[in-house]
Amino acid sequence: MGQRTIIPFGPQHPVLPEPIHIDLVVEDEKVIEAVPSIGFIHRGLERLVEKKDFVEFVYVAERICGICSFIHGQTYCQGIEEIMKLEIPSRAKYLRTIWGELSRIHSHLLWLGLMADAFGFESLFMHSWRVREQVLDLIEATTGGRVIFGSCKVGGARRDITPEQMTWLLKQLEVVEKEMHLIVDVFMNDSSVKHRLCGVGVISKADAISLGAVGPTLRASGVADDMRLLKYAAFGELDFEPISRTEGDSYGRCAVRCAELFQSVDLIRQAAAKIPAGEIAVKVTGTPSGEFFSRVEQPRGEVVYYIKGNGTKNLTRFRARTPTFANVPPLVKMLGGCELADVPVLVLTIDPCISCTER
Amino acid sequence: MAFFQMKKMILAWTFRKPVTTSYPFEPRKICPGSRGRLDVKISECIFCTICDKRCPTQALDVDKVNKKWRIDRLRCISCGYCVEVCPKKCLLLTGDHGIPTVTKEMETF
Repeated sequence: MGQRTIIPFGPQHPVLPEPIHIDLVVEDEKVIEAVPSIGFIHRGLERLVEKKDFVEFVYVAERICGICSFIHGQTYCQGIEEIMKLEIPSRAKYLRTIWGELSRIHSHLLWLGLMADAFGFESLFMHSWRVREQVLDLIEATTGGRVIFGSCKVGGARRDITPEQMTWLLKQLEVVEKEMHLIVDVFMNDSSVKHRLCGVGVISKADAISLGAVGPTLRASGVADDMRLLKYAAFGELDFEPISRTEGDSYGRCAVRCAELFQSVDLIRQAAAKIPAGEIAVKVTGTPSGEFFSRVEQPRGEVVYYIKGNGTKNLTRFRARTPTFANVPPLVKMLGGCELADVPVLVLTIDPCISCTER
Repeated sequence: MAFFQMKKMILAWTFRKPVTTSYPFEPRKICPGSRGRLDVKISECIFCTICDKRCPTQALDVDKVNKKWRIDRLRCISCGYCVEVCPKKCLLLTGDHGIPTVTKEMETF
């Protein structure tokens, strides 16, 4: 038996630009135990909600995360609309679906790039981000922002997509889809990529359920669970089947995300074909009184918002449980027994977003 | 098992122009509809202070008495809320993102 050493990973680490700290108990080259600690960038959102108007708070909610910003805003708005019993126009629901799926594509492409960077494939990283840039251009043209969309508001959507813009968007998506096929082919079939991913960090189906994994981490372990099945926004009217794999390893998680890229393109096409004409927002009168749990599927997994209002313009309680927070226990399980060199890859396979987690 | 799956892509991109631009020398193409710098048509402004009250980041300061409209560019998040609520529609977001600044002074109109 070798000597045990504790190696600190993070909060500043070249592989992950976000502040998570993990103490790795190492014996020779094997990680025996991983002890995570978070709390470096807590922003006190629970207190802020008592000072901001509930309509203005959507700007703060969007800024919880820089990657799934739109879906954070959407989750918040859906929660408030549910408390206030607001029925938003059908067109707004479709617009939210389209922007939500665009944000999923850009988030997954970002993750694929970071993943390639983590296992040392620099040119693949650059190409993933080049394609992501084209998606960001689509987002900027339709919403006005590249990362912070700012197009969701309580009662509907803030902007509309014109028919000309929609035709252009679909045409551009075809180009993006072709490029994505080339990149996904490398991730799925290249021998050096497979060598780094196959059989690394296996989570069994039972473990994934008992540790509370969400999103692609859960779906890669054979559980076809997706919050989009709750039929929020326009998902009830679209043909949607969650993607799942049975491997449970890093390759499986990568494959789920790759397949979801094309699924999102398909969902945008379906939504563009079915989008009805009409109003994009309803007038909001009154203040929220009541409480609600809002659950939405983000690129990283399920996000849960608890919102409570007491009839004044400020909410009394607000809490967000983000997907990364739920995926930390499975990560700790994966890290136990892995090789030290696999730690960066494993940390990235859950698609960590620490700023989300600490709010 | 396929080996070096990326060769086609790499070969193709060897003969193409880079997608990046040399930014400060070559300005970024403005995307129509982008939410950029906030602009005000001050001749049409009635100094009603609605934008000042609604701004989520308190970037605006409107003085009704002295007829002054001031903005803190570093606080403005270009959300467009003021543009929506303006009764005279004299505020607009331009696609241009403005120039870098070194001072924290407020801009007065």
